[in-house]
Order: sequence, then structure tokens, then C-alpha cells
Amino acid sequence: MKVWQCIVCGWVYDEDKGWPADGIAPGTRWEDIPESWACPDCGVSKADFEMEVIL
Amino acid sequence: MAPILIVGSGLAAYTLAKEFRQRDATTPLMLITADDGAFYSKPNLSNALSTGKTAAALAAASAEKMAADFNLKVLPNTRVTALDTGTQRVRLNNISADNDEVHYHKLILALGADPIAHGLSGDAANEVLAVNDLNDYARFRSVLGAQVVAGRRRVTVLGGGLIGCEFANDLTNAGYAVSVIHLGDWPLERLLPAEAGKRLADSFAALGVNWHFGRSAQRVHHANDGLHVMLDNGEVIATDVVLSAIGLRPRTQLAQAASIPVNRGIVVDRYLETGAANVFALGDCAEVDGANLPYVQPLMIQARALAATLAGEKTAVVYPPMPVMVKTPAHPVAVLPPKPGATGSWQMDCSDTGICALHRDASGRLQGFALTGTETSRRLALVKELVLV
Repeated sequence: MKVWQCIVCGWVYDEDKGWPADGIAPGTRWEDIPESWACPDCGVSKADFEMEVIL
Repeated sequence: MAPILIVGSGLAAYTLAKEFRQRDATTPLMLITADDGAFYSKPNLSNALSTGKTAAALAAASAEKMAADFNLKVLPNTRVTALDTGTQRVRLNNISADNDEVHYHKLILALGADPIAHGLSGDAANEVLAVNDLNDYARFRSVLGAQVVAGRRRVTVLGGGLIGCEFANDLTNAGYAVSVIHLGDWPLERLLPAEAGKRLADSFAALGVNWHFGRSAQRVHHANDGLHVMLDNGEVIATDVVLSAIGLRPRTQLAQAASIPVNRGIVVDRYLETGAANVFALGDCAEVDGANLPYVQPLMIQARALAATLAGEKTAVVYPPMPVMVKTPAHPVAVLPPKPGATGSWQMDCSDTGICALHRDASGRLQGFALTGTETSRRLALVKELVLV
């Protein structure tokens, strides 16, 4: 499992925890998140911005 | 009880509302905004053309949805015209029967910034566009669309700073022929050392961008073949659309008129308090402890601190090292400039695919960095090194 970070606002996505608020189950890998999903904090889209592995 | 009143509906305003609601579900919260109150992410404006996104597609949630999701009262299409910090009221331009003024318990100014006026003369000066919000983007897209129908795809960008570079890259990717007029000798010259800026310029040039460095535009006229932009050296650029991206100025007028101290931005301390009791400011309009930082990450940190303070847990703004990311897919940039007055020098490490410039002092301590292309992957490691020194 990996942890990713939004390069625009610093929001962190932890694959272990997922993001249930947007229906993303714990354990969901970054590559399995839909392209239409946007950063919950700053709203930049997955397709437009790289998230970076931080762990 | 009078509400906590937020003026503005950009990222700073809505992030504050969201963060506050995570701590306090019930205290009345009201938001007044001059536009329609739709939530959108401003960074998306400068890369939406190449992905074919309309303004409507960028609006992630309507004012009604934001109001329902975060238990807010939203007054859209309403301007605050004056503040009375003594009686804790704001006056509105939208004079309907029941509210031409609103009492507040706490007032938060999240007003944003205005594009700096381009100052061009000529009979087409009022056709120069700027994109600072979602409505501007809708207009820009419609003007471009009308030109494309007529077979015209030339766009001239005024300014080669962060926004100018992002738009130039997006326009190029969307198939436009782009010229950039920039007063500096290389793009982003206030952030980047020359080698890094020149590499960015070269990668744009390889895509067909025409740079005009060390120049400013003076006039713009209608011509038979579109518009003519005249530079300070007399050179004329024939174009179809002109986009001004020469910088932003924090919106301070409302505060100033209420005798709240302003400098470059509305002056606030580390708790985001202005010089007036119960009045706070954050985001692009604010100058926090001497620094106006018109980027997303600082405003997120400000919103979290202020949400805690408003919920009763007084919290100062503390920034980690915050690199500025420039969204230029042709050649990405990550830069964290050394603090003003830092003694030291740039050490350059250049490869075919990017530049790694590290600013170190005499004893080798890292003070800042500028990374381009593939070297941007070193950003997180360098931020960690900065935290340790």
C-alpha cells in the first residue's frame, strides 16, 4: 500500500484508508480511482495532476 | 445570534466553511459572494482548455449544494459595499426588502485578488481578456471558440509568470499558436535562476511558442487580419486573442475604506486577525505576518488554523516548506525560493531532461531549490532536507 500527495495543496491519500466519503473503499489503489475523481481539499482532478508517492 | 460571516466564495472561503463545519456543526455560518457561489477549483482554470472542459464542467457544486452540505446560508450575486466594524455590520448592494445589511459575530474577508490592469492603449484595448474566475474562463473559452470557427488560432499572452506560463502551455496543448510577451529575460524570473527559466522557455519554444523577452506591450489595434499588438520596440505581433496574465493585486479596498490597516494585502497576524476586532482575512487578499502568498497550499493552512480559532481553539498559521508547483506539462517546475537576504548561491546540476538548482549557504545548508522537468521528482526529498536544517 502506498501514500500519495496532491502536489497543489498537499492533501494526502493513503491507499490503506481509502476515502470512504467519496465511496473509495479502504485498500483502493491509486490507479483504480476513477479519472473523474477530484482532490477532496482543493478540487484539482486526478487526470490533470500527478500525485506523488511519499512512502 | 449574528452569524460568522464569510465574504467571498473562492477556495479560501469554502475551505474555511468546510473546515469550520468539521469542528462546529451548528453555529450560524453565512457566506456572501458577488458571483453565483458555485464551488470550483481555481488551479483548474489554467489547464481546462486542453482537456476540453467547459466552465459548467469545472463548477463542482452549486451554491445550493454547498449551502446544504455545510449548513451555510449563501447570498449569491451580492456585493458587500461597506463594513462597519464598530457596530459589526456589513452593507450590501443587493437591496431587497429584508436585507440591505447584515450583522456579524465574526467577519472573514476572503476576497481574493484582481488582475493588474494591463494599461494598453488602442482601439482593441477593451478586448484584452484576463481569466481570474469561472465567469472569466467561460468568456475566454467562448471568444476562443468564435475565433476557431473563423479559422483563427493565434493567442498572445501578456506576462510570462506562473499564470502566463500555465495558460501558454494549456493553449499550446489545445492547438493554439501562442506568443508570450514578457518583461523579464526569462519566464518566472523572480522565482527561477536563469538556467532553469531558460530551460522552461526552450521546452515551450520546442512546442512552437514564440517568446518576446525584455519587452512589454503598449497598444492593441483592430486590423484586417485580426488584432495587432505593438511592443515597446515598435515590433508588431498579429494575433486573434490577447490574454493578460501580468499579475494579481490583493483586494484591499473594502478593508481600507473601513480603516483596517492594509499594505500589499489586508494586514493580518499569524492568527489571521486584522487590525479591527472580530475581523479576519485569509487567502489571496491577506498579508499574513508580512507575506502575501497567492497559492493553494498556504490558503489551505490558513483556513485550517482559522477554523480552529473560530471554533474556540486559538491556532496560529505555521507553514511547512511550501514549494510552488507550476503546472506546465511541457516542462514541470517546482520551486522554493531562498528567503530574501539568504546568503549563498545556486549550484546547478543540469541533464537533458531537467535542471536541479540548489541554493546552499557557505556551510552547505540547503536554503531553497528550483527543479524542472524530470528533476521535479526530487521535491519531497529536498523538502525533508529543508525541514531538518
